[in-house]
Formats: sequence, structure tokens, C-alpha cells
Amino acid sequence: MSKFGFTINKPRVIDYDLADKRVLNYVLKNEPSFNLCIFCGSCTATCSAGNFTDFNIRKLKMFIRRGLVEEIGTEADKCMLCGKCFLVCPRGVNNRNIVLKVREALTKIESHEL
Amino acid sequence: MNKKVVVIGGGITGMEASVQLSALGYSVTILEKEGQLGGHLKDWTVLFPNLRKGNEIVSFLEHGLELQEVNIIYNSKINEIKKINKHYEIILDKQKSITADAILVATGFDLFDAHRKEEFGYGIYENVITSYDLEKIFAQKGEIKTPSGIKPKRIGFIHCVGSRDEKVNNHYCSNVCCVTGVKQAMELKTLIPDAEIFNFYMDMRMFDTHFEELYLESQKKYGINFIRGRLSEANETIDKRIVIKVEDTLTSRPLKMTVDMMVLLVGMEPSKGTKEIANLLNLKMRESGFLKPEDDHTMSNVSNMAGVFFAGTCSGPMSIKYTFTDARAAVTKINCFLKEYELQNRILVN
Amino acid sequence: MNYSHFVLPFTIGLIVLLAYMLVRFGVWIYKLDSDDKQRILKNIFSIKSLQAIKEIFTESLLHRNIFKTNKVLGYMHMSLAFGWLLLIIGGHIQTWIFYDRLSNPIYIPIFFEYFVHNKAGMLFGEVLTFTMDLILLFILTGVALAYFKRFYSKLFGMKKTTNLKLGDKFALASLWLIFPLRLLAESTAASLHNTGGFLTQNFGNFISGLIPVSFFEPVFWWAYSISLGVFFLSLPFSRYMHIPTELLLIALRKWGVKSKETFDAFADVELHACSRCGICIDPCQMSSTGISKKTPASYFLKSVRDKETNSYDALNCLMCGRCEDKCPVGITTTNQRLAQRINLANERQGDFSYLKDLNYQIKTDVVYFAGCMSHLTPGITRSMIKIFRKAKVNYWFMDEDGSACCGRPQKLAGNLEAMKQLMDFNKKRIVESGAKTIVTSCPICYKVFSEDYKLEIEVLHHTQYLNRLVEQKLLPVQADSKKVVYHDPCELGRGAGIYDEPRKLLTHVATLVATKHEKQDSLCCGGSLGNLEIEAANRSLIAKDVVDELSKPNPDVIATACPLCKKTFIKVSSVQVLDIAELIAMSIPEKNEKSGERKKITVLQEELV
Repeated sequence: MSKFGFTINKPRVIDYDLADKRVLNYVLKNEPSFNLCIFCGSCTATCSAGNFTDFNIRKLKMFIRRGLVEEIGTEADKCMLCGKCFLVCPRGVNNRNIVLKVREALTKIESHEL
Repeated sequence: MNKKVVVIGGGITGMEASVQLSALGYSVTILEKEGQLGGHLKDWTVLFPNLRKGNEIVSFLEHGLELQEVNIIYNSKINEIKKINKHYEIILDKQKSITADAILVATGFDLFDAHRKEEFGYGIYENVITSYDLEKIFAQKGEIKTPSGIKPKRIGFIHCVGSRDEKVNNHYCSNVCCVTGVKQAMELKTLIPDAEIFNFYMDMRMFDTHFEELYLESQKKYGINFIRGRLSEANETIDKRIVIKVEDTLTSRPLKMTVDMMVLLVGMEPSKGTKEIANLLNLKMRESGFLKPEDDHTMSNVSNMAGVFFAGTCSGPMSIKYTFTDARAAVTKINCFLKEYELQNRILVN
Repeated sequence: MNYSHFVLPFTIGLIVLLAYMLVRFGVWIYKLDSDDKQRILKNIFSIKSLQAIKEIFTESLLHRNIFKTNKVLGYMHMSLAFGWLLLIIGGHIQTWIFYDRLSNPIYIPIFFEYFVHNKAGMLFGEVLTFTMDLILLFILTGVALAYFKRFYSKLFGMKKTTNLKLGDKFALASLWLIFPLRLLAESTAASLHNTGGFLTQNFGNFISGLIPVSFFEPVFWWAYSISLGVFFLSLPFSRYMHIPTELLLIALRKWGVKSKETFDAFADVELHACSRCGICIDPCQMSSTGISKKTPASYFLKSVRDKETNSYDALNCLMCGRCEDKCPVGITTTNQRLAQRINLANERQGDFSYLKDLNYQIKTDVVYFAGCMSHLTPGITRSMIKIFRKAKVNYWFMDEDGSACCGRPQKLAGNLEAMKQLMDFNKKRIVESGAKTIVTSCPICYKVFSEDYKLEIEVLHHTQYLNRLVEQKLLPVQADSKKVVYHDPCELGRGAGIYDEPRKLLTHVATLVATKHEKQDSLCCGGSLGNLEIEAANRSLIAKDVVDELSKPNPDVIATACPLCKKTFIKVSSVQVLDIAELIAMSIPEKNEKSGERKKITVLQEELV
């Protein structure tokens, strides 16, 4: 009887000590402009994919920064690479390449290369 | 004979520095490109943080000019500035020239041209205006109406237009837009009590004394709303209202809002005049185009040219309070230089 | 005397090379897909083959295209290639005449002066000797230029020259030695037997005073033969492989084989036809601005040949097509880069299963697809709407509330599967609208609609469409005195060959002034979606250069026809930047427009009531 009362699917607290930084580090290494994001949300607001589905690229980036890799699932696959997010970004973050690098990192994790 | 100081620019900085220099016994000439003094201040009706009337400051500055003798050359255009030994010779159009023992550059700022953010629709959608346009609407007194002529029920303020934006090559913060947005929101709410007012921001930078209090007051007394999300683009509805598209980053969802009027809080850029004078005098500029002092801590008004000083918003965005302070600080530097005090020979030891 | 051991290096080298080429060409042709093989079979015995020979003559021998770019460089290549051929032909003629038979050992024409010492009575003997000397001199001037180029490449209008690997060094060294050694061999022979022409005889007499010629004569013939042999044997392992490969490439092209976006045998032929002449280096803006020295096609193709490509290099290119336009061999460098992107693409390409049928039935004549980027340039979309209304067109603004991307960016990233998903979605909507024409404001969309969608209906960029409206007098426009320069967007110009309509349109409404880089030679704005790696600041670096160039004639407006070019320029330009659609919309006589607008508003109010 170690658990009782209720169970939760996700941990309530982001335990940063357990953060999975593999995707973060891979993206930072291959697309350093990821460092420049201030999470203003312009990218999400303008997103072409966001017109059709609940894709939120800012949130995706934030989850990667927080090491919540398990929670990002297939989010990065929704991006159409149209490039609007770069055109509105006040920091010049190369979001399209971030998406490509996130996909790469996830593939590498699946094949135990990361 | 009195030493001569030429002040380039007759805004707040130029007016205040001139009278202070005159009081110290210098012969002062202001070169003003327009037909009157006061710079941008004359376009601003009410000022933060205490909602004082703008023209009170103008009267204060003009009172100085009544007390102290200052030559003013209006509608002047500088063609060339020559350095001859320790003096400068400033050649104006019509072949007139003035000599100066010291020059104070007080050429100020230009407002960001909001047309450059095409996706925000300024100049394309009728009911998109800038904070500057809104001041002019305030100045007209009477009932507040949108450019389409209706009484606005919902108004959106957009922060950081032309500031902190890599896309227009302005990477810096303009310091005064956040508080201006709060101030203008409060004024609008006073004039249209049933209006809903929203401020769309990236960060609220209420850094100066009493700014935070104003922010608090805008929420407490006026019920101004704040949404953390930067505008990506705006659209126009068929009845000329404006659709704001942001991400509400605090709920992590895209948000659309239709407003009757959208106000762009435009930032400061180095003025055209600042760039011209910098080129004439070979002054160092920062990447942003604002003038660069010899040292960021200890030489804030000192240019790379001996005898040339600068003050006010030609060196970076600042509020009226700091503009006054900076003008006076420059005066002590100029005085130090002209009197050849040993103080001015201090250097930084690494 | 018809044989000497010294001919062996040359003879063996030549036979080995010919055998190698035969196998290599055979494998390439074998690997082509069956459609391409059918094309070859169909065309090989037609006029196409004669055209191929003509092109081989003008390009591989005379180097007409290099001449166009750079006269000195063109002369250098021509003197070596064409001169060498003339020397071989001349040698054969001499041999045929002297021996009075057509079939001779292959080395005789090459070493004719060694074997023949008594030309008395030979038909045209002196004329031929003179001509052969003249040709040799012609080649030697080219060789001298080549020496010079290696040390002073600026003379040739090129800042950088390509790097060499081991096979290249052997081939280059032997090539550089072949003709000077031939001069020495023939000159020493001439001084011994008095058989030379104006060059070899005089030079032979001169060196006979310096060295013991009877000792050196065989040495020089050996050295000449060895240098030829070494050149032939190292050729397959060097950049000179491009010489025979280019011949095959020209023939394949003439026979109808086309470049594809995926890598095939034809692409491999192209790859080996690159001479690494370096002409693509200077036009590459990634390179000329110092952003990336590795981007030019010459380096990239080398990395593909050496199997050293990586995704960064493949993606770090604007895909502007400037290198392709300048390539003297006509290599489809954009497809080459795309092929590598496709090869290197991640298995996770994107999943757009969330795109569901929108279930609205719209019937229209013209579909207007603004494109993703145009949503950030409302000046363009609003102008188009104004024009459609003014011209009373029954149109449907398909992506008014945002839309699925056209798919071109996916292709540029190598994601063909993802691109197909987007195309299927958009195509269905376009077809169901029943429209006869689709108009887009974005050259990127235009390219994919016209090339990949395989639509049954007409696809037009708005410049083409507007030009038609204006020329058919369906849209009234008024010219004014504005001075305008025009920037060709890459995807519209080099990408789709649309150069004239934008210019015609502009002359209707303003004064069009030429700039340094027009049409095929136009520059890339730097905003390209094709480059997925470039930093924001570097995009501006490129844009600044281009805007500076466009601003030189002091225009009132920089006009372009692409929302991405517009946005990229606005960041750095002090001159106003406008799309052609905006200039056209502005030039519609104001009077009529206003009453129309007012009418529209009243209509609306009635509807609301």
C-alpha cells in the first residue's frame, strides 16, 4: 500500500533535477538561436499549423527547456515549416530548424544514439 | 570675453542645458531645426508618472529662457562643422557660421515609424494608431472617437512596437513605452469609463520610481487588463474593427480579440539629426545608432571628440526626468572642460 | 623506324583510360531508369546527336560559356582544349600524308617529330610543320596563363580557386608538363635533324647552345610520353574526369534525359562533369558575404563525390540558383542540393492527419491563394482584394483565414512525403472550387503549384495575372513619375522564368530603372526559405548588400513581387519597399474607387439591418 487515495498521471511538480536534457542539448548544439527565445508567443500566434490543430511551438520549446521530453510526444511533427514564425520573431530564433533538430533528437533517442 | 557654447537641438535637453550654461556665464546659442523650441514635448498632453500636463514642463523651460540670456537660431540647418585648433566652426546654410569653444549635441530621438511593422497594419487599417496619434486625439479635447468615428468600447495597446525587435534592427528597450501604455490606458478609461482596455506585453518594465505604483493603480482603480503575449499580426474585419492575434502565453493558447481601436506603443530611435551630426563630427555611435560615450560609467556625456558633449535621448531612450538630469550633468562636464579643471583629466585605471 | 620503348607510357596510359571510360559510361547508362533509356534509344540516331556534337564543340572545346563570364579564363580553357584537339588532328594528318595510309600505330601522330626526320617531298610538309608549331604556341600561351592563374587568381576575376586533392595534383602537374616537354622534345629533335618550324627550330637552335641536345633528345621524349601517361592514368582520379564526363552529359541532355530531384545516374554524371572551375564561387552570396565559404556548388558537389555530405552543409544554402545559372557545364546544382536534402531527411517528416475536410462548398472562377508569408504583408493582400473587386472578378480568397502551407518549404527541407500530404489537402480544395485559374502572391507557392501540384487549371503568379488584367484593359491604371527598380525574387525569376510580366507591369505605372543585377543575374534577398541553417543577422547582411545595390540609381521605390523579399528588405532599407501588386493598386484612378468603397459600406450596413 505505497500509493493510496489517488493517482496522478503527470508529476505535479517539474522536478528539474530529473530533467531530461538530451533534446535540449542536441538542439542548442545544432541550432544555437534556441538560446535567444524569450517565449513571447508570437510564433504560436502566427502559426499556420495552429490554424488547424492545437500545435503550440512556444510551449514545445518551453517543455524541451524544462526537460519534459516524455510529454512532447509527436508535437514536433505537426509543423508545416512555412516559416512565418521566423518572420515574426523579435529575437530571430530559427524555429524551423529547431523543429527539424527536435525531430532528429527524438529519432536518435529512439535508436539509442542520444 | 565669454567662452561660447553651441547647443544643437532645442528640446528639453537643449533648453535646460542652455539656461544652466548661461547661468554659469557662458555665451550660449541654441541651433533649432524647427520654428519653435520644445521638441517632442509640445506634442505630449499629459505625462507619466503623475499625469501632469505637458505644457507645464514647457512653461518651466521657457521661464528659464526668460531668466537667462540665450541666443536662439530657428530653422537652422548645419552644413559643416570644422575643427580649428581648439575651436569649432559651425557652418550653417546661407554661409553663416558660428564659432564654439564647446558643442553640446542634444539632437534627441525620432519615434519609430510604425509602417515598418506591416503585419500590424498601421497605415493599412484605419483604426490602428500609434501612441503619438493617441496623444493628438487627447489634445483635441472633446469626445474620444476612433478614426472611423465611433466611440471605442474595446481598445488594445500593443507594447514594444519598434523596440526589442530584431526584425526592425532595434534590439534595445525604449524604456518609456510600458509606462506610456499604462498611462494612456488610464486616461482612456477616464474618458470612456465603460471601455474595456487591454495591454499586450512581453514583459512589463516598470522600473522607475512610481512606475510600479502606476501599474498597480491602473489595475486597482481603472481595471486595465494585461495579457502576456506579443502581437504577431492584425487583421481588419469588414466593419473596420481590428482583430488582434497573439498567444496568451499564460494559458498557452492562441488568442484572437476584436477591438475598436489598436494603439501601437512606438519606441524611440536615434533621430535623423543625431545621425547627421554624428557623421559631421565623426562621433562614435552604438550599434543601435545612439551616441556612444567615452565610458559607460564615468563619461556618460563625453564624446570621442574633445569639446563635443551630448545629452538626452540622442544617447539612448530616456524619460523626461532623466533627460533633465542628463542635461544638467552635461553642463557640469562642459564647465569642467572650459574651465580646464584638473578633474576632467581623470582617467580610468584598469 | 616505327617504334621506340618511350612510347609505352603514353600508349598504355591511353588504352587503360579508354577502357576505363568505356566501362564507366556503360555503367552510367545501364543505371539510368528505363524511361531515360527509351529516350536515348529514340534520339541517338537523330539530329539530336549532331546537336550534341555541335554543343560539345562550342562548350567543351571552345568554352563559349566560360568566355561569356570571363574572356581570359575562356581563352585559357579554349587554348588547352581546342588547341590540343587541333594538335591531335594535325598529327594525324601529318601521319596520313607521310605514311600514305590511314591506319597507323596510335602513338605515331603524337610523336611524329621523333619518327620522321625527312619530310622532303612530303605534301604540305612545311605548311603542316608551321601550323603544328603555331598550335603548340597557342597551347603554351594557355599553359602560361594557367601557371599564372594558380598564383594570381584575381586576374581572372575570381577571388578564390578550388582546393586540390592528391589525384588532382598528379594530373595537374603532368598536364602542366605535357606541352612544355613536347616543346623541348620537338625542339631538340629539330636542332638535331633540322626538321622544325619557326618555333621548334629556333628554340631548338637556341637550347643547343646551352645543353647537349643529342643526350637530352630521348630524355625529353621519354618525359613527354611519361607526362601523357601519368595524366591519362590519374585522370579518372582527378577533377579532369570532368572532361570526358562532360561529353557524355551533353549527349545525355540532348537525348532527352532530364535532371530529377532525387539522385540518379544522370545526377552522378553531372556530379563528375563538374570541373571545379570555381565560376560558381563568386556569385554565391553565402560565400561573397563571408557567411559560409563551404556553400558554393563546387565545394558541395565535391563533398558529394567524396561521400562527405552532412545535413548542415546540405541545408546551409539559399537555393537561389545563382550557381546553376552561371555553371558553364549546366549542372543542375539546385536539384543536386535537393537530392542530398532528400537523402539526409529525417524519417520524422511531419504528420498532418489533423488536416480535415473543411466541408464548405465554394464555387468560384479564380482562386486567390495569398500564401503564408503574405499574411504578414497585408499591404499585398489588401491590394489584391482591391484589384479583384475593381476588375469585378469572381474570386475566392482561399487562405483568408490562414491555410495549410503550399508544401514547397517541405520540399526544400527534403521532406517529400510531408509535402505530398499538404499538396493533397490543398489540391482537393482547389479542384472542388471549380476555378479555372489559381493566382498566388507568393513565388514560393507559385513554383510548387505550377511544378508539383499537376493542376488541370491555370496557375498564375499575381504579376502574370495583373499584367493580363492591365493589358486586356480590365483594370484602369495611371502612370506616375515614380522611379522604381525591380528585384527579381529567386523562385519567380530563376526558379520559374518569370522576368517579363513584372517589368511590363511596372512600366505601366512608373518609370522602371535598371540595376546592376537583372533577371537571371539578380541577387537573392537573403530571406530565402531554402536555407534552414542561416542566422537572422546573416540574412540581414545579405539583404543589406542587395538593398545597397538596388538603391544605387536613387529609386523612389524598390519593387519586388514576393512577400518574403519585401519583409527581408524592409528591415534594412531606407528606400520604400513595395510589392508590384501594391504599386498597381495605388495607380488605380482614385475617383471611381472612392465611390465604389462607399457603396460597399452602405451595402454592408443594409445587410446588417
